[in-house]
Amino acid sequence: MPDTAVRELTFAEAIREALAEEMRRDTRVIILGEDVAEAGTPFKVLSGLVEEFGTTRVIDTPISEAGFTGLAVGAAMTGMRPVVDIMFGDFLTLTMDQMVNQAAKVHYMSGGHLKVPMVLRTTLGATRRSAAQHSQSLHVWFSHIPGLKVVMPSTPYDAKGLLKSAIRDENPVAFFEDKMMYKLTGPVPAEDYTVPLGVADIKRAGTDITLVATSSMVHTALAAARLLDEVGISAEVVDPRTTSPLDRDTLIESVKKTSRAIVVDEGHEQYGVTAEIAAVIAEGAFYHLDAPVRRLGAMDVPVPFSPPLEDVTVPTERTVFDLARSLCGKI
Amino acid sequence: MTLASRPTQAVPEIAADRGLEMYSQMAQIRAFEEKVSELYTRAIMPGLAHLYIGQEAVAVGVCQALRRDDYITSTHRGHGHCLAKGASPDRMFAELLGKEAGYCAGRGGSMHIADPVTGNLGANAIVAGSVGIATGAAFSAKWQGTDQVAVCFFGEGALGQGVLYEAMNLAQLWALPVLYVCENNLYNEYTHYGETTAGDILARPAAFGIHGERVDGQDVLAVWGVATRLVARARRGQGPAFLLCDTYRYRGHHVGDINRTFYRSKEEEQEWMTTRDPVARFGEWLCEQGFAVPTALEEVGTRLHAEIDEAAQFALDAPYPAPADVRRHAYA
Repeated sequence: MPDTAVRELTFAEAIREALAEEMRRDTRVIILGEDVAEAGTPFKVLSGLVEEFGTTRVIDTPISEAGFTGLAVGAAMTGMRPVVDIMFGDFLTLTMDQMVNQAAKVHYMSGGHLKVPMVLRTTLGATRRSAAQHSQSLHVWFSHIPGLKVVMPSTPYDAKGLLKSAIRDENPVAFFEDKMMYKLTGPVPAEDYTVPLGVADIKRAGTDITLVATSSMVHTALAAARLLDEVGISAEVVDPRTTSPLDRDTLIESVKKTSRAIVVDEGHEQYGVTAEIAAVIAEGAFYHLDAPVRRLGAMDVPVPFSPPLEDVTVPTERTVFDLARSLCGKI
Repeated sequence: MTLASRPTQAVPEIAADRGLEMYSQMAQIRAFEEKVSELYTRAIMPGLAHLYIGQEAVAVGVCQALRRDDYITSTHRGHGHCLAKGASPDRMFAELLGKEAGYCAGRGGSMHIADPVTGNLGANAIVAGSVGIATGAAFSAKWQGTDQVAVCFFGEGALGQGVLYEAMNLAQLWALPVLYVCENNLYNEYTHYGETTAGDILARPAAFGIHGERVDGQDVLAVWGVATRLVARARRGQGPAFLLCDTYRYRGHHVGDINRTFYRSKEEEQEWMTTRDPVARFGEWLCEQGFAVPTALEEVGTRLHAEIDEAAQFALDAPYPAPADVRRHAYA
């Protein structure tokens, strides 16, 4: 009989549990990154893993993102299943050639003869008072590249199930964790389960407006939806869960039902994930729309340090609420 | 560095049949590349190609020191490495012409030939782009307890790229079985390496504690001898090594680089071609040793040219990939 117990885990615990279970299941799964072993990363997401799996599988690297990401690409091509830890998403700039020119292209350019089953875990999200080089949400860059998959979990349940799918996937997968969510708790079953990549989840059903939201913005959208309830607006919250592949059908079907949509994502608004999803909705549900599809992303400025400045650069439940109310004509 | 400053190395002992095989491989690479040049000139080949003519002794000398299951990664000037590791000319020509029968089903082309069956993890069009991959393959071999070795071929232009030094640092820290083979053909595209490269090349591996050696890259026996030692060393678990090969490309940076006098003289080209040609030199040596006679080597050349013609014809006759399949292989 399967163990059907459902525990409350934090987002960080769910990620750690997914890694531990996959490392027990498959000895080819290893972790590489800066201060991943005894330190368990600055966010303590990996605490305890080196004690179980040893330093041959939880491997501290030099501060050398291009070097160890490139090494992981080669290791993945030759039989390993590396999980690379990039401490801050801002450091993705240093991995770009390895991920974009190498990992993303290998399968295609080898005519399908080589593959790169690796995961790159990293963080996103502002409001941690960390300034512009430790606060960016750069997932759109990888979402732009054919050959890569991009995962953006919003709950402990999704984080565990999606990470297990990412590790089992035969392609390079970038997995973005909002560092402000590590302490968020939620139900996580004890038994083995996966969440497939490319399937959106309706986090809250509604009839008047669709709020498409990613990562921690799902919680911002859910909070806005509760406020909207109070003024008689029923909001549906749809979480794509992966920006590549993108579950277009679920997004379009939701907007066909509600006739209005706001896309909320913490990447910069210009040329961003919000722009792409808004275009998908506009193309797929145009004749059902009662209002223009609107975007709410991070303001197009470098993330400021000073708290009163930083706080106005990201979408909040209030900005989502205000925009939704105006789109529904109830101001 | 001058042309005369050739390091001297003891001549390694070699059996006649292996010597003839090495000669034949070098001659095959040259015949292949001459055919590529012809296909380009006749406007039959899409895009460009970077010919390996002049550098044959490096690829052959190093790959002769490897097993079939050892790994290599290569560069934009990669045809020689692929052939020396065991790729078949017909499927290589097919790839160069963008045909479905090519090694990469026409998705890669001249700069991206990969053939995992012979341990070739792919040529790479980013300068120093494959150093992470080769180092990772060596990591895999060590982690999985196989005794495979990985060779990373790159030109001296890669010495300007930071990722090379990140990978070398990791390789030495973790004692990975990887051989970094730097082919110094003197020119970073259209610029002499002296204008781009500060300090001494071998001081770079030395800074990491990596064993480094320099060899005459126009002498296949010398390359083979030193590569055999360095590969054996890596296979024994003694870690990475760096092999600097002095060599020269006879042709342009790519097939379209015809007028080269703005960056190098015709006299310099002539001197390398007439006094240090790796194929001619090794042929003479084989005859001096009594391993071959000149007429036999001429017959090898005739046979290889016929095989290359046949391989190119196979590629010319092969079908293109279907446009409807353009997305195929984007994801595994």
